[in-house]
Amino acid sequence: MALILNGDAELWAIVLLSLKVSIFAVLIAALIGMPVGAALAVARFPGRRAMIVLMNALMGFPPVVVGLLVYLMLSRSGPLGVLELLYTPTAMIIAQVVLVTPIVAALTRQVIEMLAEEYSEQLRSLGVSRLASVPVLLWDARLALITALLAGFGRAIAEVGAVIIVGGNINHVTRVMTTTIALETSKGNLALALALGAILIGIAIAVNAMVSAVSLRAEQEGLRHA
Amino acid sequence: MRDMLCDTASSLFVRNLRVVRNGKALLNVSRLSLDGPGPTLILGPNGAGKSLLLRCLHGLIEPDQGRVEQDGTPLTDRHKAQQAMVFQQPVLLRRSVAANLDFVLKRQGLPRGARKLRIESLLAEGGLEGKARQPARSLSGGEAQRLAILRALALDPETLFLDEPTSALDPNATQMIERMILRASSRGVRIVMVTHDIGQARRLAADIVMMQGGHVVEHGLAKQVLNAPQSDAARRYLAGGLVT
Repeated sequence: MALILNGDAELWAIVLLSLKVSIFAVLIAALIGMPVGAALAVARFPGRRAMIVLMNALMGFPPVVVGLLVYLMLSRSGPLGVLELLYTPTAMIIAQVVLVTPIVAALTRQVIEMLAEEYSEQLRSLGVSRLASVPVLLWDARLALITALLAGFGRAIAEVGAVIIVGGNINHVTRVMTTTIALETSKGNLALALALGAILIGIAIAVNAMVSAVSLRAEQEGLRHA
Repeated sequence: MRDMLCDTASSLFVRNLRVVRNGKALLNVSRLSLDGPGPTLILGPNGAGKSLLLRCLHGLIEPDQGRVEQDGTPLTDRHKAQQAMVFQQPVLLRRSVAANLDFVLKRQGLPRGARKLRIESLLAEGGLEGKARQPARSLSGGEAQRLAILRALALDPETLFLDEPTSALDPNATQMIERMILRASSRGVRIVMVTHDIGQARRLAADIVMMQGGHVVEHGLAKQVLNAPQSDAARRYLAGGLVT
């Protein structure tokens, strides 16, 4: 607790890096996952059902396997090795994007599909095409989508397996809260591990509180989905 | 704007319309011509095919056979753009009252200033002044339906279809909506409305389409259909009998 209260520089550098990596990963996952999820919700094409099953399956993809695949892509002999991203925060962001995008896409698909069903006749009556309905649906589902992003952030910030493989847990470079907890616990430095654990739990509670607040607002404004 | 226009709207014609689901013909209308100024009320028991006919007229459902024509040609996107529809359960966007109206006005390409003025006049028309910033989904049932009608009117339609817009409302809310419908009709908007409320048909209709079992059993001037129905089904329905 003293480490947290005294503003220990090393501890807060780790916390800030964790937040930076996860926030960037969630933003990129949102840019990819939301349009993909919305398109799957409103478009009708052969193989759509298979894509939805695949996306749902990817939500439960083991993080260490994601880490391994991203490692193979970024390693010197891999297709993206020339970029020299392995053991950098960027590599960790990439791994987290791979983990979080299916979550954002799947939840977006679910939310948008329900809303599209409700809006379908009305939007067609107003002359809104299927394609033009996507931004309308995304905007009207905004509060539910914020919840989806928070869920994605929850997964990203708590992730350890993938980021330790592609980040390497290098001190002052790629060491984030979860990887530090794993390392410091094995070294017997329980004070730092516990302090980071407390912050991680605090973040989890804050994220859940935000989800709750967003849901409450949705309820009050009649924005909740049927 | 179509204000003050009282001329007859273009004609709608139904030719051999047939909608079949699971091998059963839910709608089977060989011929129906809607060329009067209206309001036209489509009357009949549940399952008569009233809402289905309305959706076909608006182009929301493609019939299995036959077609809807406007001014002698099959219904086109241009025709559909001159129509609007209000549903039994109002589907409001999860936005403010004003934003629901702004949504359709923006799609019409109106500049911001003009949209603001139009929203103010529409809200006044529907008695929703002071509720512009309120979330639309928090309106009462009557207010929500009034907003849905205003949003449809914001499209400046030639024809407004209404599918039992007052079926879930109390007499006060119903009265407000009926007044809005009559005002729109007097401005030249052709009203085609589904109801199973005989009293409402008496209050609003210029002509009545009586339906039963997917068929049009009678179509004529309201006074004639209500006071001297020609078909057995219409006679029984208007007499308050159970018509299925």
